[in-house]
Order: sequence, then C-alpha cells, then structure tokens
Amino acid sequence: MTSQQSPETTQVYRIYIKATPEQVWAAITEPEWTDRYGYGGLTDYDLRPGATFRTRPSESMKASGAEQGYEIPEVIIDGEVLEADPPRRLVLTWRMLMDPETTAEGFTRLSYDIAPAGGATRLTVVHELAGAPKLASMVSGAVEDEGAGGGWSWILSDLKSLLETGKTLAQ
Amino acid sequence: MTDDDRVFKALADPTRRFLLDLLFARDGRTLTELESELDMTRFGVMKHLRVLEEAGLVVPRKSGREKLHFLNPVPIRLIHDRWIDKYTERHVSALVTLKADLEKEP
Repeated sequence: MTSQQSPETTQVYRIYIKATPEQVWAAITEPEWTDRYGYGGLTDYDLRPGATFRTRPSESMKASGAEQGYEIPEVIIDGEVLEADPPRRLVLTWRMLMDPETTAEGFTRLSYDIAPAGGATRLTVVHELAGAPKLASMVSGAVEDEGAGGGWSWILSDLKSLLETGKTLAQ
Repeated sequence: MTDDDRVFKALADPTRRFLLDLLFARDGRTLTELESELDMTRFGVMKHLRVLEEAGLVVPRKSGREKLHFLNPVPIRLIHDRWIDKYTERHVSALVTLKADLEKEP
C-alpha cells in the first residue's frame, strides 16, 4: 500500500442519494445490503481501526462463476479498516482478489465520505490507485464491455437506485 | 432545476466539454494547468468550472495548498442509464426483431 496521493492515480466519484446518511452507511457496511447492488458480495466489517475485513461471494455469484467455468475465490476483496466514523467516514485499504493481476497489485486506499446535503445525502468515494493500473481500469468501468462491470459509477448508480426505489437497475 | 437539467446544461457548452475531456485524459488538475490549455481568462475558466461543479461533473479536492479538479463520471452514468440505454435498447431490439422476421421469409 502507498500513502502517497497522486492525482493521476486517484479516482473520485460523487453521488447524491435521497436517503439518510445512516441508510447510506448501512448499505456500505452491512452484508445484507452489500450483496444487493453493484457486484454484490457479502462484506462483514468490524468497524475498528486495524481490524481486517473480507468480502465473500454470494451463492449466486459462485453459481454464475461456475457456469462460466471460473472458480470464484472464497474471499474476493480484503483489506484493513483505517478509519471508521459512522455515519460519516470510512477509510479502508482494499485489495481485489478476483483476478491474479489485481491480487499482485496489492492494497489500494479507499475512502467513503457521507454528508447530508439539502434533504439528500452526498456520498463521495475516493479510490487511491497508485501502483494498481489493472484495478484502476476495472473500477473506472473501462473494461465494462468485457463483462467486468461498470466500476464505481455503476456501483453507485445501482446503490442510488436501490436506496431510492428498493430495486436495483437490473431488477 | 433538476440534477439532470444541470448536467445537460453543463454539457451543452463546448468549453465545458473540453474541460471534461482534459480531466478524462489526466485527472486531478489545478486551475492553472487547465487554464494553460484554453485561450480564455482565468475568470472565464473558473466560471465554467463552477458550472461543472454545480452539476456534480467536477469534484474539487484540496491537496496541500492546491485545489485539484477531478472528473466525476457518475452524473453521466445516471443520464446514460436513464436516457440512453432506454432508447438504444429499443432500437436494437427492433432491429433484432426485424432481422428475425426477414430471415423467416422463404
């Protein structure tokens, strides 16, 4: 992991959601929610600095992987909690284990900032991706056409849809 | 004005689209860097950046003493999901149906 923040390798995403900061916080930190939008997966956080976290694939994710002849690993994302201030700020180290190349790139730094904004909630995701070009391309959505999903834009758009309508974009 | 209105309005100007393209090519730039790419006063560039910020297309972040501008692609994604997908899917499925119908003919 690198703590140096380089503008060229930092990605910033911001979305406004008609929900409370507490609802947005829950959607990011509780496995019942994390599995329902974007790439899915069950993340269980122990929200103390220094605690490690792991995201496990859901059964449907494993099944669709198997269908495509690809074995989804038991842990798809891991990292460490650096800062947790519910429902305002969550900072993590973050490593994607779905792909050998992103695994080799190691840990990146990810932060979620949640703030009330005129009856809605503003969620800002900052992903610092120095030394992780493969992951940077994945989370930017650049490889969406290859079936790698639309990255953060897609995840956040799906999260907004889920919290505002109770349904994800695919539903 | 709705969020969509602000995004469409921001995108309706060629200078603002150019600024977004600059940030797409290399993200996290200062006002001075962006200004050097445009034949425009600093004040003019600031005004355009403000419209982009209000539309959520640019997010400023402090880095030491500098203010860096980052491209936020999420509002465009939302417009895409809301407006583009809906219509292109219909065209595509209409073409697929047409193809199937035509190929059924002896």
